[in-house]
Amino acid sequence: MTTASVPSPAARQPRVNKLDDYASLLGAGEIAELRALAARLEGRSIQMVNSTSVGGGVAEMLIRIVPLVEELNLPIRWDVITGGDDFFAITKAFHNALHGGGYDLPEESFQTFLGYSEQNRSRLRFDCDFTVIHDPQPAALVESKGASGGLWIWRCHIDVSQPHRRVWEFLAPYVARYDAAIFSSPAFARQLPIPQILFYPSIDPLSEKNRELEPEAVKEVLENYGIDGERPILLQVSRFDRLKDPVGVVRAYQLVKRYYDCQLVLAGGSASDDPEGEAVLAEVREVAGKDPDIHILDLPPWSALEVNALQRASTIIIQKSLREGFGLTVTEGLWKKKPVVASAVGGIPLQVIHKQTGLLSHSVEGTAYQIRLLLSNPAIAQKLGEQGHEHVREQFLITSNVRRYLTLFLHFLQKR
Amino acid sequence: MKSDEPFEFVTASYLIRIEGGEAENLAGLEQGIEKCSDASMFYHTFQSLGRHHFLNEGFSNDFAQWVLGSCNRPALAERLASLDIRDYVSLGELRTDLTRILGEYCGANPREATQAAFEKFYFCETLEEEVALGKARTLKEFRDGLETLPHASLQFHFLTSRLRLHLRTNDFSHWLDEALGLKRLARSVERIDIYTNTLDGVRERILELIERETGR
Repeated sequence: MTTASVPSPAARQPRVNKLDDYASLLGAGEIAELRALAARLEGRSIQMVNSTSVGGGVAEMLIRIVPLVEELNLPIRWDVITGGDDFFAITKAFHNALHGGGYDLPEESFQTFLGYSEQNRSRLRFDCDFTVIHDPQPAALVESKGASGGLWIWRCHIDVSQPHRRVWEFLAPYVARYDAAIFSSPAFARQLPIPQILFYPSIDPLSEKNRELEPEAVKEVLENYGIDGERPILLQVSRFDRLKDPVGVVRAYQLVKRYYDCQLVLAGGSASDDPEGEAVLAEVREVAGKDPDIHILDLPPWSALEVNALQRASTIIIQKSLREGFGLTVTEGLWKKKPVVASAVGGIPLQVIHKQTGLLSHSVEGTAYQIRLLLSNPAIAQKLGEQGHEHVREQFLITSNVRRYLTLFLHFLQKR
Repeated sequence: MKSDEPFEFVTASYLIRIEGGEAENLAGLEQGIEKCSDASMFYHTFQSLGRHHFLNEGFSNDFAQWVLGSCNRPALAERLASLDIRDYVSLGELRTDLTRILGEYCGANPREATQAAFEKFYFCETLEEEVALGKARTLKEFRDGLETLPHASLQFHFLTSRLRLHLRTNDFSHWLDEALGLKRLARSVERIDIYTNTLDGVRERILELIERETGR
């Protein structure tokens, strides 16, 4: 077993890509179609509101979507709400509670939340034709709806299918005032009196984590971690969390290892500030024993390039989660034309169509069997990888998300 | 050759609306199909085939895929997948055939009908926005337009046209025949098998057929 850490580089700024940069990946017709859709919305303005301008999946997505919409000649403004530490402690508690966890804060916390919402309502302008509010933190801003006559949409990026009852009872009346709500999976939605729309999460094919890499860059990363590029590499990229079942991945690898001379790479986020993560990591190390072909990598958040290289170098990508949100690591693997073996949970079956774009499994033994099947049938692995890539190209790229937003705005405009 | 009736290239951009219905087993799927909206039938059949056009074997509609992947019933999945949506000019007929197949299976296998699936089936429906892309009056203009047509537009004209025209043909063949009088070309285009071709494959095949026609 080897353990390694990434040296601490400066945070890498995302490069702003132009629409035409995507044409080589998608075809000029697809970009022309986006322009045709946008032309129907000429003169209409858009506002995006969330709770942070850096870090987190929503900000990462808006950093990339906003310039693309601007390039389509649609005025778009991105506003970020502000609040004190007490506000963000409450919204963090909301987040956990909406995911099905408990809620220990006092009843006054709801008033504190609304107080900050009121401050943000005074500070921000709501004069656009379309206002998209992301996640629960700014959800109560909907009290400003009506001032401009615009359409208000709530984009919920989290799974609220089994929320803490009190927290949902508090938020639901605000959500019901929107014109529509967007969820990432039908399984994450709730019964609401407003239309519910499905938007899949997406990846940017030109980002640091997904862009094409030179073979030398991939080789360098493998060498840095002491991974042998000549033998098969099984990879799971996930933080060290029981729900990602890293111990199950090691056990599946050990079953495969009886027949194939392969390596396992578990690339996870830093566990130093997460007591449970430390415990899981210790369990993984214990199960891994002294096997020199198991590489446990503790990667910091700025390791996009390293993750990209590891995914491109791998023979098979595994996502053996016990529970999962959407599973963007699966999307990333599919985009890189890799065969994926993943659990049939959360948003994974939306991406991995069994025997078409990857293989689904339900147990350690099943995961091991599917890996063996792919290792002994490279042609099947290649075909699954290629079809997986096409599936992502059609459904899970950032340009698809731009198209969905434009279509949504058009749809509601027609209905008026 | 120039037509007075131009071909109008249109693209359809789709939104997916979460309908709220779900099925936990085969019996639930049968009931769900019976009562879901036409927009939901469209989403899980016609649109599903278009969404998965890059799979040129073994994928037909969402119902068949769920029966295979989540219920592990390959024989039933095969029967559901074998329905060729190009035979249907109305969603009602397709609904009737799907529920008949499921009803027969559930009647003959009552225990399996109520066995819980690995994952639920969620009914969704399509909301469609059409956007005009341009017009063609000649075969050459048609060919040029076809060459860069986005997938959604190919799907709109080649696959879902049946539900608009209520004819067992596609928009391309309809125009080639009616406006340009190219009956043989129209027939050849209609005979392209979408189940064993990707949308890009369909495009290439039509372009080949046009080359052959113009070179004749």
